[in-house]
Amino acid sequence: MPLITIDDQQIEIAAGSTVMDAARAAGIYIPHFCYHKKLSIAASCRMCLIEVEKAPKPLPACATPVTDGMVVRSYSAKAVEAQKGVMEFLLINHPLDCPICDQGGECQLQDIAVGYGGVASRYAEAKRVVKEKDLGPLVATDMTRCIHCSRCVRFGQEIAGIMELGMPGRGEHTEVMPFLEHHVSSELSGNVIDLCPVGALTSKPFRFSARSWEMARRKGISPHDGLGSNLALQVKDNRVMRVTPVDNEAINECWLADRDRFSYQALNSAERLTRPMVKDGGRWVEVDWPKAMAFAAGALKVIRDTHGASAIGFIASPHQTVEELYLFQKLARALGCENIDSRIDRVDFSGRRDGVEWLGMAVTDLNKLDRVLLVASTVRKEQPLIAQRLRQAVKKGAQVNVVHCADDDLLCSVANKLIARPSDLVNILAQVAKAVGADIDGLSDVVVSDAARAMAASLKSGEKKAVLLGAVAQQHPAASELHVLAQAIAKATGATLGFLVDSANAVGAGVVGCRPRQGGLNAAAMFVAPKKAYVILGAEPELDAADSAVAHQALAGAELVIALSPFKTAGADYAQVMLPVAAYAETAGSYVNMEGRLQSWCAAIPPQGEARTAWKVLRVLGNQFGLAGFDQDSAEQVLAEALPEGEATVRARLNNEIADVTVAHLNAAAGIERLGDTAVYQLDAYSRRAPALQVTVDGQVGHAAMACGALIARLGLSEDKPVKVRQSDAEVVFKLMRDDRLPDNVVRLAGGLAAAVQLGPRFGPISLEKM
Amino acid sequence: MSAPYTGPKVCLWTLDHANPASLETYVANGGYSALKKILAEKTPAAEIIEQVKISALRGRGGAGFPTGLKWSFMPRNYEGDKYIVCNSDEGEPGTFKDRDIIEFNPHQLIEGMVIAGYTLGAKAGYNYIHGEIFELYESWEKALEEARSAGYLGNNICGSGWAFDVHAHQGYGAYVCGEETALLESIEGKKGQPRFKPPFPASFGLYGKPTTINNTETLASIPWIMRNGGQAFLDLGKPNNGGTKIFSISGHVNKPGNYEIPMGTPFADLLVMAGGVRDGHTLKAVIPGGSSAPVLPAEIIMACTLDYDSIAKAGSMFGSGAVIVMDETVCMVKALERLSYFYYEESCGQCTPCREGTGWMYRVVHRIEHGEGRPEDLDLLMSVGNNIAGRTICALGEAAVGPVQSFIKHFRQEFEYHIEHKRCMVGA
Repeated sequence: MPLITIDDQQIEIAAGSTVMDAARAAGIYIPHFCYHKKLSIAASCRMCLIEVEKAPKPLPACATPVTDGMVVRSYSAKAVEAQKGVMEFLLINHPLDCPICDQGGECQLQDIAVGYGGVASRYAEAKRVVKEKDLGPLVATDMTRCIHCSRCVRFGQEIAGIMELGMPGRGEHTEVMPFLEHHVSSELSGNVIDLCPVGALTSKPFRFSARSWEMARRKGISPHDGLGSNLALQVKDNRVMRVTPVDNEAINECWLADRDRFSYQALNSAERLTRPMVKDGGRWVEVDWPKAMAFAAGALKVIRDTHGASAIGFIASPHQTVEELYLFQKLARALGCENIDSRIDRVDFSGRRDGVEWLGMAVTDLNKLDRVLLVASTVRKEQPLIAQRLRQAVKKGAQVNVVHCADDDLLCSVANKLIARPSDLVNILAQVAKAVGADIDGLSDVVVSDAARAMAASLKSGEKKAVLLGAVAQQHPAASELHVLAQAIAKATGATLGFLVDSANAVGAGVVGCRPRQGGLNAAAMFVAPKKAYVILGAEPELDAADSAVAHQALAGAELVIALSPFKTAGADYAQVMLPVAAYAETAGSYVNMEGRLQSWCAAIPPQGEARTAWKVLRVLGNQFGLAGFDQDSAEQVLAEALPEGEATVRARLNNEIADVTVAHLNAAAGIERLGDTAVYQLDAYSRRAPALQVTVDGQVGHAAMACGALIARLGLSEDKPVKVRQSDAEVVFKLMRDDRLPDNVVRLAGGLAAAVQLGPRFGPISLEKM
Repeated sequence: MSAPYTGPKVCLWTLDHANPASLETYVANGGYSALKKILAEKTPAAEIIEQVKISALRGRGGAGFPTGLKWSFMPRNYEGDKYIVCNSDEGEPGTFKDRDIIEFNPHQLIEGMVIAGYTLGAKAGYNYIHGEIFELYESWEKALEEARSAGYLGNNICGSGWAFDVHAHQGYGAYVCGEETALLESIEGKKGQPRFKPPFPASFGLYGKPTTINNTETLASIPWIMRNGGQAFLDLGKPNNGGTKIFSISGHVNKPGNYEIPMGTPFADLLVMAGGVRDGHTLKAVIPGGSSAPVLPAEIIMACTLDYDSIAKAGSMFGSGAVIVMDETVCMVKALERLSYFYYEESCGQCTPCREGTGWMYRVVHRIEHGEGRPEDLDLLMSVGNNIAGRTICALGEAAVGPVQSFIKHFRQEFEYHIEHKRCMVGA
C-alpha cells in the first residue's frame, strides 16, 4: 500500500486511491465543491488544488492518484494561493444574495468563502444572470447561483439512472437545465437539493419557511417502504419543517427517496385528527379523552359480551411501530380475539409458512449480487433506493432478470424479461422454474419459452444470486404459488429467496404477532365475512385492502368501528369513534426493516392537538378492560417486552419458507384484467397526504387508468381522455393514459386510490367504456 | 536574403503535380509503397517506432511532443480494441495547414493512419474534421472510398489479410474539441469537454480503450519517414526538430498562405517567401504559433529560427506553425480584445478558472479598448491570468492567458496610453 504524506501526516492507503481519499481517511479537510464521495470525479471546480512535491503545477486532490512516497501540502502558500484564486473566480459571477437565499447557513460556498474568499471583490464588471428553470413541484431553482459543479447532473446519470438534468451551453453560457418541456420526475430527485453546494437547487415545499440554524435535527426512520431510511427531521416550533437524510451506508447511504423526504407535509395536514371524536346520531362530536375511551371500551365490551370476541376484527397498518403493533395484538388476544392482521393488501394466504417473510439477506448484499430474478416488483416505485442498489450492481456486471406484469423501466440494463398479464404470471414463472430444473410438481404441461430458457441460463451462472419477490407478487391472487415457484427456482440455482418488503414495519408486525393464530381470521377473511366490530390502528382498509369495495362494505356495515388514526379522514364515514394518535414523528418507536434490522427513535415533536401516542392509548384501553399486563411506562419498556432479545428475537422469527402449495393457476384468464399495484405516492396514509408528492408526474400518473396503445385502439378509446372503468358492478370515471410498457388486455389502475374504492379487487376482470 | 526553399517537401509535394489529390498522382509518386512494404515484410512495430523516434518528428498540432515516444506509450499486449485518432480539428486562429493536406494530399494521410494503425495494433482509425470545412469532409470521404476500392483500407489491406478501416467524424466547430480528450468525448457523441488526466488516452482513450491521437500533419509525415528513413527526415530539419513543416502565414504580408519549409528556417526567410510585410509598412509583432502563442515584437522574432527550441527560448510557442504577422497599423489593445473574446467564447465552461477567468479578462480588455480602462487594470489582468494558468483541466486556460500576458508584457505602453487617453496611440 502506498505511503503518502499530507501536511506532515503519514497515511498508508490502498493503491488506486486519490489524494482526496487519503486526506479524508486522515481527517484532513481539503475544500471542494464538485467532489462527492458517491459520484464520479469531475475535477472541474478546482477548489481542491493542492501542492504536490515535484509537480510543477497545483493538482486537484480529487483526481490525483496517490503514489508511494508522495508528499502533499494542502495548506501551503502555493496550495492556498491556488485555492483562493479559484474561490475568487467562483464568487465573481455568484450573486452573493445570501440574505435571501434558502441555502444561507448551510452553504458550502458560504462556508468555504469564509476561509478562502476576499473581503472585497476585484471584479467590477456586470454579473451573469441565469433564467430560472421549472424542475417540477419538488425542486426550486435559482440558477444564477449555480457554480457548475455538475453534481446534480452526475447524480441523475449515475445514481438515479436517468439523465434529467444536463449542462448545455459553453463557457460562461453553461447552464444546468432539464430537457426542453420536461421536469425532473425521478423518484429520487430530491437528492439534488442536498447535493447542490449552493442555493441553486432548493426544496420547493420548504423554501422560505425556516433558516437552517433555527431548526433542531432529530433522528427518525422513514415510515414508508421496508428499507427504513434514516431521516433527520428538522424541527422548528414543534413542527417538522423538512426532512433530510442521515448517512447510513447499510441502509439509505446518503440518499432519500422523494417519498421519504417530502411526506412530512402530511404531519401538518389539515386532515389531522386532533381531538377524540364520537359519532352521535350520525354527527361527529368532539369529546375529551376519558369520555372517548370510556365510549370505545364500553361499546367494544358490549359487542364482545353479545357476540363473542371472535365477532371483532383487529386491523393494523404495517406502518405502525413495533411497540404499537405489539400492544395492539396483545389487547386483541387479551380480549380473546385471534382475528388480528396487518397484511391488508394480501389475498392469498394459502400454504404453510413458518416465519416472517424478509429480504433474506442484508440490504448491502444487494450491491454484491451477480444474478437477480425480480419477480413482479415495481421496485423503482416500491423501494426506490433498492432499485438504486440494483442499478449499482448492474454497473458492476450483475444480470437482472425480470418477471412482471409491466415492462417498467428499471433505468438499468435488464438481461432477460418475461412480461405477461397478472393471470399469466404463474405460468411464466413456472416456465423459468421448469427451465432451471426446479424440483416442483405440476409443471409437466408448462411450455418453456426461449426467453425463459435464456433467463434460466443467466440464473444458473454467476456466484451470488437472489430471487426477489416484489409487492405485486405478494398481492397477487396466486401469491403463494408465485412464492413456492420462486422458492424452487432459488433452490435450483443456489440463490437466496427474498421478499422486497413494501411497508416500513411489515416485518416487525409479523415478528410481534400481528397475525392470526389458530382459529383466527386473516385480513381478507375478516372483510369477506364481515365482523360486528373492528378496531383499526392507523390503517385505511377501504383504500389499501386487497378488495377495497368489500373492505369498505364490511366496515360501513359494522356495528362498531374504533379508529386509532392520526387523520380524521381515515374512518370518518364508517367509524363510531375516532381516537387521535401520534404520527411517526411524534412518538418514540421502532421499526424492523426488510433485512431484520431494528431501528428505534425518539419523538421529534409532540403529538398534534390532543393526540396521544398510540401505544399509550392501547395501554389505557387495556386498563379500561381491567386487563393484566398493560402497565408499561415507556416505549422502551414495551419494546423490551415485545422483543426481549432485540434483533436476535427478530432474526429467530424470520423465515421465507413455504410448503403445502400446489401450482394450479397456469392458464391465463380471458378478457381484460386489472393490475392494481400500489402507486408510489399512495403507499400509506402519510404519502397520500403530502400535496407536493401528489402533483408530481408520478403522483398524477398514479391517479389514471393506463393501457397500451393497442388496447386503447381496439376499444375505440382515446388516450388522455376520461374513460368509464367498470369492475364488478361498479363504474368510475378515470383519465385514460397510454403506456406501451403494459401487455395487451391489462389496465393498470393503482390500488389505494380514494376514487377507486368501489371498483374492488386489485386484480381480476375489468372493462373500459367510452364516455 | 535567401531564395525560396526548393528541397523535398513531406506533405504538400503533390501541389507540384496536376490533380494533386488523386490516388493516381499519389501512387505514381511512390504513395502507399511504404504500407505495402511493411505489410509484405511484416515489419515489427518496434522497428517502425524506432524510425519515427530517429526522425525527431514532433507533434504538429502545437504541443510538439515527440511522436515516436507517444507511440511507445500504447500498451503492446492489451487484449481488446485500440484506436488511432487523427486530429484535423484545426480551430486555432491563424492555422490552416491541415485542411490543405486533406484537400491536396489525402492519401498520404490515409497511408499514415493505416501505418499507425498497423504499428499500434489499432482496430480502426477516426479522422475528426473541423466543423467549418464541410467540403473537405466530403472530399475526405471520397478519398477513403478510393483507398478502400484500391485495397488500401478495409478487410484485406494490400492482400495481407490484415483489416483496418478509417472513419470520418465531422466536428461542429468548437475550438475546445481540438483538445485531444474533448475530441474523444465529441466522437463518442458527448459534449466536447476535456477529460482530466491521468488517465491519458494511451490507457483510457476513445470508448475507454487505448488510443493514440496525432495531428493531421504528424500522421501525414509517417509514410515519408517510412519510405526515406527516419534519418533522412531528421536531416531535412535540425536536431530534435526533424522534417519540413507547413507554416500558415497570415496577416499583413503580401502573399499569405501555406509554406512548407525545413524546421529551423530563419523567420526572416519565411517572411521573404510570403512576399514581405505589405508594401509601405513595417513589421510590428508576430504571433508565431497560432493565436494562443505569446506575441513577439519584431526585433525578437526577426532573430528567431522556426523550430520548437528557438521560439521557446524567445518566450513564445512554436505551436502549430501558424504565423500571424502584424504591421505598425495594428492597435495591440484592439487585437488583444479580439483574441480574448475568442477564448471567452470558446471556453468549454467545465472548470472554474477558465469559465470565469476568460470572461473576466475579456471584459477588462474590452473596457480598456472602449476608453473605460483603469490604471489598476493591467496588474489585475496579469493576476487573473496567473490564477488561470496551470489551474485548469486542459491547456485552453493557458491558451487564453498567453496573449493577454504577452501583449501587456511587450506593449504595456500602448495599454497605458489607452487607459490614460481613452483612445489609441496607433495613428494618433
